[in-house]
Amino acid sequence: MLIRYSIRRALETIPTLFIISVIVFSLVLLIPGDRVLVMLGYSGGDIADVISPEVYKAMEIRLGVHDPIPVQYMRWLSRALQGDLGTSALHSIPVIEIILGRLPATLYLAFASIILGAVIAIPLGVAAAVRQDTWVDKLANGVVLFGLVTPGFWVALMLVLLFGVYLGWLPTIGYSAPQDDFVEFVRHITLPAVVLGLDFAANVIRFIRTDFLEQMREDYVRTARAKGLSERVVIWKHIFKNSMLATVTVLGFDISRLLGGSTVIETLFAYPGISFLLIQSIFNRDFATVQGVVLFLALLVIFMNYLADILYALLNPRIRYE
Amino acid sequence: MSEAVVSQAPPAPANAYVAAWRMVRDVIVNDRKAKIGASMLAFLVIVAIIGPYVAPHNVELPNTDIRLTGPTLLNIMGTDHIGRDLFSRIISGLTVSLMVATGAVVIAVIIGVPLGAFSGYQGGWVDTVIMRIMDAIIAMPGRLLAIALVAAIGPSVGALWFAISFGSIPRYARLIRGGVLAQREREYVEAARAIGEGSGSTLFRYVLPNAMAPVLVQITLNFPSAITAEASLSFLGLGLVPPTISWGQMLSAAQPYLEVAPWLAIFPGLALTALIMGFVLLGDALRDHLDPRYHGRRRKQKKGSA
Repeated sequence: MLIRYSIRRALETIPTLFIISVIVFSLVLLIPGDRVLVMLGYSGGDIADVISPEVYKAMEIRLGVHDPIPVQYMRWLSRALQGDLGTSALHSIPVIEIILGRLPATLYLAFASIILGAVIAIPLGVAAAVRQDTWVDKLANGVVLFGLVTPGFWVALMLVLLFGVYLGWLPTIGYSAPQDDFVEFVRHITLPAVVLGLDFAANVIRFIRTDFLEQMREDYVRTARAKGLSERVVIWKHIFKNSMLATVTVLGFDISRLLGGSTVIETLFAYPGISFLLIQSIFNRDFATVQGVVLFLALLVIFMNYLADILYALLNPRIRYE
Repeated sequence: MSEAVVSQAPPAPANAYVAAWRMVRDVIVNDRKAKIGASMLAFLVIVAIIGPYVAPHNVELPNTDIRLTGPTLLNIMGTDHIGRDLFSRIISGLTVSLMVATGAVVIAVIIGVPLGAFSGYQGGWVDTVIMRIMDAIIAMPGRLLAIALVAAIGPSVGALWFAISFGSIPRYARLIRGGVLAQREREYVEAARAIGEGSGSTLFRYVLPNAMAPVLVQITLNFPSAITAEASLSFLGLGLVPPTISWGQMLSAAQPYLEVAPWLAIFPGLALTALIMGFVLLGDALRDHLDPRYHGRRRKQKKGSA
């Protein structure tokens, strides 16, 4: 049953994937100027000096700029499906290689933020619901409001000011791979992960609190209490389990926000993930890489949402039979 | 329950708009959060409009004698790296921030609302295609899409409007489509058709006004993300460029001076936070009012359902 559900959901994402591919392909059409020169990373000066006629000709053939747009799209799509996202004009290596090289840093940051966010949000959200209108609830409310109203990159600047400039405890830019030096890795990832994790936590706290309060009014909770189960068992064995179902889905969907928000944060901390690559490529006019990164990140988000859906169905059998 | 709804007199079109505004007014009067949010916004909007005329200093005039000085009586928020008054620049930034955000929200509404209405009213394959496109846009990370769009079109106010609004178009389209589907079969719509109103005119005169309240809430909640998006893009150097003043750009310029002039990073961020907070407080209160599910404290609700 779950397999059938997974397949059905996978088929349902096809139209979405199609439209996203059209949007990403069209991005390059929006850039003013000769598209062959754009994709070659031409940024001014005498064209004859920087781009040889052979290179120009090769790119012209690759893009097929004289073909109708739908033909160009199909060609681009079929290459992309084979993992060919073009060659970076700046680094002269395949875009996909650059992206995969940057992927681990982005994934570490995403996981660190999610874990940090969940560690803050789950206990606080549950406590806020169970002890409604007490100081815990107010604290949770404060964290939510803080997350909603403070722009992440400003919080980042303030943390840099405090922990980097004044206290000097943590590095404020750069990255170290965990296999090279794990301590340095943790020191570098802490500030960006805290900023993204706080933002993430705000959403999750709000969600858990609302969901928990709703669950507490359900009949099954009344039954559990009527059976004489202790409040602790009711909360953790019954409500918590049910509430986590919905939370998993929220976590899945929030990854999209996380990856979107990480662009500014990665750039601010010069953290060499995929989002920072996007910004660097924009300023270097390396549009093959820009296009590749946008497509890759969009697919990553769709895939994460899909996984969240499947996980939800796995945890909640009712969904599968709908 | 449903009988009570059906037997209500068909809402006159103008009254539906009035009712939506009345709801906003009632929430502001009765809800403390909404009152604080609305007051903050009223104050900031007034400052944004008259501020540039009453700002204490010229926003562009450098004064190298007082570069990077901290807050003083003359420059209450200090000065930047070429001695310009930070307070005056923050006021200018407020005007710009509100202008960009308002433009982006307006564009999203004027594209999203008719699109959703048309989609819901038409139904069939037109509806399916439009809503699929909307799903796809929602599934993409909005900020990422905005960055990519601005990168392709080049930085300008128009590009920012387009890029920031693009991702929120589906939210309005979905809301209105839902509203239209719910209203379409109501008696007053049939009555309008019966007296010979065309379908377009029925839609705009009768159906849309009655689906307006959730849109108002969505607009209020859309502002914080539009403001943050502009600030982020400008911070990245992809949004507004000098001489246009943007808080995001000010924060980015403050980075090298974090150690010697922290006020350059602190004050624009506080201003940004205050503006966002006004919208969040008001929007949250409005949403609580429309959708009590978000409001854990409504115990009245429990009695009703038991």
